[in-house]
Formats: sequence, structure tokens, C-alpha cells
Amino acid sequence: MFNPGQFSRRELMTRIAAGLTAVAAADAQHVHEQVAQEKTASKGPYKPKALTAHEYATVQRLGDLIIPADEHSPGALAAGAADFIDFLCNAADEMKDIWTGGVLWIDEEMKRRHDGKMFVEASPEQQTALLDVIAYRKNQSPELNPGIEFFAFCRRLVADAYYTSPIGFKEVGYMGNGVMSSFSVPKEALDYAMKRSGLG
Amino acid sequence: MLQIIRSPQVFDVVVVGSGAGGGTAVKVLTDRGLNVALLEAGPMLNPAKDFKEHILPYQVDHRGAGQHAEMYFGRQQWGYFNAPNGYWNIPTEPYTVAQGSEWRWFRSRILGGRTNHYGRISLRFSDYDFQPEDGLSEAWPVTYEEMSPWYDKAEGFIGVTGTKEGLRTAPDGNFLPPVPPRVHESLIKAACGKLNIPCIPSRMAMLTKSVHGRAACHYCGQCGRGCQTASAFSSSQAMIFPAMKTGRLKVITGAMARELMTNGDGKVTAVSYIDKATRTEQQVRCKAVVVAASACESARLLLNSKSARFSNGIANSSGQVGKNLTDSTGFSMSGYVPALAGMPRHNADGIGGMHLYVPWWLHDDKKKDFPRGYHIELGGGFPLPHLGTFAGDCNRHEGYGKGLKDAIREQYGAMVSFAGRGEMIPNKDTWCEIDPAKTDAYGIPVLRFHFKWSEHEVKQIAHMQQTFASIIEAMGGTVMGRPRDAARAISTGGTIIHEAGTVKMGKDAKTSVLNSHCQAHDVKNLFVCDAGPMVSQPDKNVTLSIVAFSWRASEYLADEMRKGNV
Repeated sequence: MFNPGQFSRRELMTRIAAGLTAVAAADAQHVHEQVAQEKTASKGPYKPKALTAHEYATVQRLGDLIIPADEHSPGALAAGAADFIDFLCNAADEMKDIWTGGVLWIDEEMKRRHDGKMFVEASPEQQTALLDVIAYRKNQSPELNPGIEFFAFCRRLVADAYYTSPIGFKEVGYMGNGVMSSFSVPKEALDYAMKRSGLG
Repeated sequence: MLQIIRSPQVFDVVVVGSGAGGGTAVKVLTDRGLNVALLEAGPMLNPAKDFKEHILPYQVDHRGAGQHAEMYFGRQQWGYFNAPNGYWNIPTEPYTVAQGSEWRWFRSRILGGRTNHYGRISLRFSDYDFQPEDGLSEAWPVTYEEMSPWYDKAEGFIGVTGTKEGLRTAPDGNFLPPVPPRVHESLIKAACGKLNIPCIPSRMAMLTKSVHGRAACHYCGQCGRGCQTASAFSSSQAMIFPAMKTGRLKVITGAMARELMTNGDGKVTAVSYIDKATRTEQQVRCKAVVVAASACESARLLLNSKSARFSNGIANSSGQVGKNLTDSTGFSMSGYVPALAGMPRHNADGIGGMHLYVPWWLHDDKKKDFPRGYHIELGGGFPLPHLGTFAGDCNRHEGYGKGLKDAIREQYGAMVSFAGRGEMIPNKDTWCEIDPAKTDAYGIPVLRFHFKWSEHEVKQIAHMQQTFASIIEAMGGTVMGRPRDAARAISTGGTIIHEAGTVKMGKDAKTSVLNSHCQAHDVKNLFVCDAGPMVSQPDKNVTLSIVAFSWRASEYLADEMRKGNV
């Protein structure tokens, strides 16, 4: 039996092109994950390149609050969302300015509210109390707008980082980009939607 | 003074442009034993390196944002993972837009042109498209019956999925087996059934069976990124690479065609081009030329080829070069369908793009308030997560935490989208010409565009808006986004990337540029084989017709050369 795990991506493509074999999507997915794991394994713990240790820790905490671990899957912290965001900050000054400015705004706001505490020093309740305000457009005001705007950007980037990671792929259940000899739809999926739509 | 370098060899044919039209000409002409030179303004394509259909975001450090996070700051013209194809803005090759007009021009600069990435929707024009019954645009100098065998050849070679449906608005072809509908497509089909709207298997240039040595599709769903196995049609892989192996094709990349050179008899003797790498003028000599640089670039080349005999530009005694410009109309709407939420996960990739589509269905309807029609392209399923895939969810849901995470998971796969692509009727306010005051970085005068939609197109968009909303509602879904007035909701001219008509064919040399074989009325050894010759812009994507017309023109050219007529 053909086991795609033993081939590199290029070899896999060559075999497909030659029409030698058809492999299941899950097996091709295995190749992708293997590549990702090899890359991660060789790196060791991430050291921020653009953000300070404090900024990086704040971004990690924000990520953890935006997409937490739950019974379904690990969250943004485990998926390394802050690492990717630091990478982007290192890639473009405009990106870095948004994050350093955003972290400062959040710290200042937290200090104002709670006796000079930085965001990461505040209690989880104090942290979520602030997010409950800046996570919604309805709270827009001249005082809060910078925080609301930063948080919307932060949420988008954390989601980008999380859902483009192997953990995020698994969380939404993406099963594609494989190599299949034919395409078909599972009956249970079709029945599920047809029944719920009232069209079937 | 700069020395102009002329090729010592006289090629039988020089082909300008390597997309669907140029690729077809290269294939047919080399198959017929002719020696061909192909000019491409971009670089050579290397699918093994350039196509990224099996690279996932997390396998790239920037995950598609670009090395300098360009994507987040609007500095990325085209997604990192897409096949190399072209640009909305080429700094060295500008164009201008007349005051009061809006127009955007996509240019491809790579061997294979737009065929490396295009949607591969492959629709035959109908009999009434060639011979309009409403008199709003001119008749083509060919009929559907004359073109049908060429469509057979084109489909047989590139490979097109489909089913025989017997619809006048969507003529049947020489089809490969269709791909079964995805779940959301089955729901759309059921909803369309309630509304008496047809929804049929799509006609796409992806191989559900191996054809001409190209492997059958492996259903990774990423055709827009290019296809290393060439299972999705591209002129580069299916036509030009095989032609290179014949030894009868010389490919010259980085070559920006500047002018068609003529002799005292008014025949083309060489193509002058700028070698982009050295910025020097070169000439490649030929017995005949096939211009297939894309509709507007082809018009530009003709208009820039001025001489004492052709003071108005070559082959332009009719004054029609650059006129008659059209693009397809475009309007899209998305809907959230609760019936699809939380659906059992599965691989919904299939071929890249839709498995079902809606052909035009109201040809005989006398009550509608606009002429001609449109087709509907369907979207949905479980997309490969990219940067930005869930930006809309974040924006709608707001908040943070488990609620946000659950909502994203629940709604993944529950979005459907409808894209209308319709016919624009040529109008006198839409055309292009040479800008009198501007050249590009290669010294070649640039195009200036004039563009205007008419009431016909705006009313058509209003009809799309009602139709798409009624389909979404019939599925129990809700329309996403704010409603917009049709005049504002219609796409900007050029953005559907279906430019056509600027070198139109016709029976009368006084009112058209080319005859029915895409041969210039004025210059017997000049052919134009892209969407330039198209007399109108039917509601059916032009690529399959480009291939069919180019095939027919190239066979005719080879025959005429053998007979000594060219």
C-alpha cells in the first residue's frame, strides 16, 4: 500500500502527475502536518524579534482571551498566535507601530482604572472588564475609539494567526487540499443540511 | 544611435501573447509544421516552483501576508498563494482613464497569461449571441452552426466537464463527466427548483478524466493557484510546453511588443519589441503575425503601428480599432444559511470553483425590463483557511472568547455566495485610444480608456440583486451586507477581467477590423486571436470562445500559407 508519509511533497506531486496512485485526503494532510511539525521542532521556543518581552507577553494574553483553549481544542496561546504577530511586526514597521501603540493604550487604560497596573498584571476579571468595553463598536466614544479600533485589529490578527495554524485547521475541521481519485459528498452531511433546510 | 537588432531567421508566424488565444495559435501552427516565434511580455513559467496549490499557510513563515506584511497594508496585488499571473498596476506600464470614466485594467505578465489562474468556466455562446434578435448590437460574421465544430475541438482538447441539458441559453458540448454537487450546491439547486430557476452541472476546464496525457484531477480544490499536474487547463502547460518540444517554437520572454513593421505592399514583415531586460529594440521577422496580447493590448499594438500607408494605425481603415470595448457586468451577494451550520465535516474541495451553476433562464421572458442576460456562479463549502478567511466573522460577531470561537466554528461552511456575470452591450462611450501625451517605461505610447455602463446593465444588476436574495431566502438564509443601489453595486468596468471587442470582426471592411477568420480586412497576413475580435460580450465567459476562434483562425492561416495566399 502506498503511504504518502514516506514521500516529500515534491515526490508526492510527481507520483500524482504520473497517475501512479490515488491516496486519501487524510494521508496528504499527514504530509502537510509532518512538514509543519518538522519546521516547528527545529526552532525551539520562540524569541520575539520586534516586540519587547512585555509587549509580547501582552499580545500572548490578549490572544489567549480572544481565542481561549476549551474542550474542543487548544487556543491562540498554544497555536503561537503571538509569535506570528511578532513576525509580522518584524516584517513591517507599520505593523509594529499598531501593536506597540495598542499595547501602550491598553496598559494606560488599565493603569487609570486599577492603581497603575499594567494589563498583564491585572486580574482576569479586570482584564475581561476592559475587553467587554473595547470589544464592541457600540461603545464608541472619543476616549475609547483608539482602544476599540486596536482591539478590532487585534482580534482579526489573532484569528488570522490561529486559524492558519495546524491547531486552527483542526478546530474548524478543514479536511481538504488532499489528493483524491474521485470526489463525493458524505450522505450524512447532505441529509443533515437538507433536513434542516426544509427543502429536502 | 541605438542599433536595432533583427533576427536573421524569418519565422513563418510570430505570435504575440501566450494566453488562451496565443497558446492555441502556437499549438495549432506548430502541429501544422510551421516555425513559430512566441513573444511574451512577462517571464517564463516554472510550474514546479511557481504553483503553490499544495502549500498550506503555516508552511510559509509569513503565511501569505508577504515578506513585509504587504497584504495587511493593501500593497499586495494578488494573493501570495495564487498562480503568478498579473497585476492591476504595473509601475513601468501605466495607462490612463479619461475624466469622468472609471476603469481598471488587469494585465498578465507570465507565460500562459491569465490561463494559469483563471476560473476555467467554459461556456459556449448561443445561436442568438452570434445573431442577436433584439438589434441592440451587431451580428457576428459567423453563426453558431459554423462555430460548433470548433467548440467541439476546443472542448476536446482542453477538457470541459458538463452534462447535456438541451438548453438554448447554454448549448451542450463535448463534455467530460461532471463532478457531484457539494452540500450547499444541492441546497441551492433545491431552492432554485422552487423558484423555477435552472441549476445545472458546471462546465469547467478541469479534467475529470485524463486527456491528452494530462493527469485527471486530484480534487485539491486549489485551481486558482495553478496546477502542477496540469489537470486544470492552462495554455502554458497544455499547449506551449508541448509545442516547445516539437523544436518548431522559439519562446522569447520579457518581450514587450511595440510595433508591427510593414513593407511597401502593406504586409507585416516583422514585429518590433522591446527586450525588457536590456531596454533595447529588437525585431523578429515573419511571414505572418498572430496578435493575441489581450483585447486592449492588441488594440494598442495595432494603433501604435503607424506608417505612411497606415496613418491611423495598422488594419484600422475602419477606425474601429479600440472601439466596441466591453467587460462583463459583475455583482456578488453572500448569504448565511443556518441549515448548513454545524454540518458534519468532510472534504468539500472538489474541483476549484463551482460544481453547479445557473445558466441564463429568461431569454424568452417578455416582461423583464432589460435586454440580454447573465449567469450565476455559486460559492460556498469549507474553504482552506487563509489570512482573512474569518475576518468577516470577527467583524460581525465582535466580542472575544469562547463565544467568538464557537460562532466561527458553527458558521464555517454555512456561507453561500452568488456572483452574477452578465452581458454588457457595446456603447459609444466605452472605448480606448492612444493617450497623446504618455508613454510607458519602454517608450511605447499607452492606452487611454473611456467607460460607461448604460441603463441596460444597471437594470440587469437590480434583477441579480432580487434573484440572489430570493434564492438565499428560499434556503432559509439571510442576506449578508447592506443593500446598495444597483448603479453603485455594479462592478467597476474592467474588474471582471473579461475585456473584449476592441478589434472586432465583421462582414463589412468599412465597419469592422477583421473578417470572420480573425484576419485583418486590410492586411492579409495579420490575425488577431484573443477577445479583441468579439463583436459582443455574451453572458458566457470568453475563454472557451477565444480558444475556438483562435483554433479556427490558425487552421485557416496554415491553409492560406500553404496555398500561398498569405
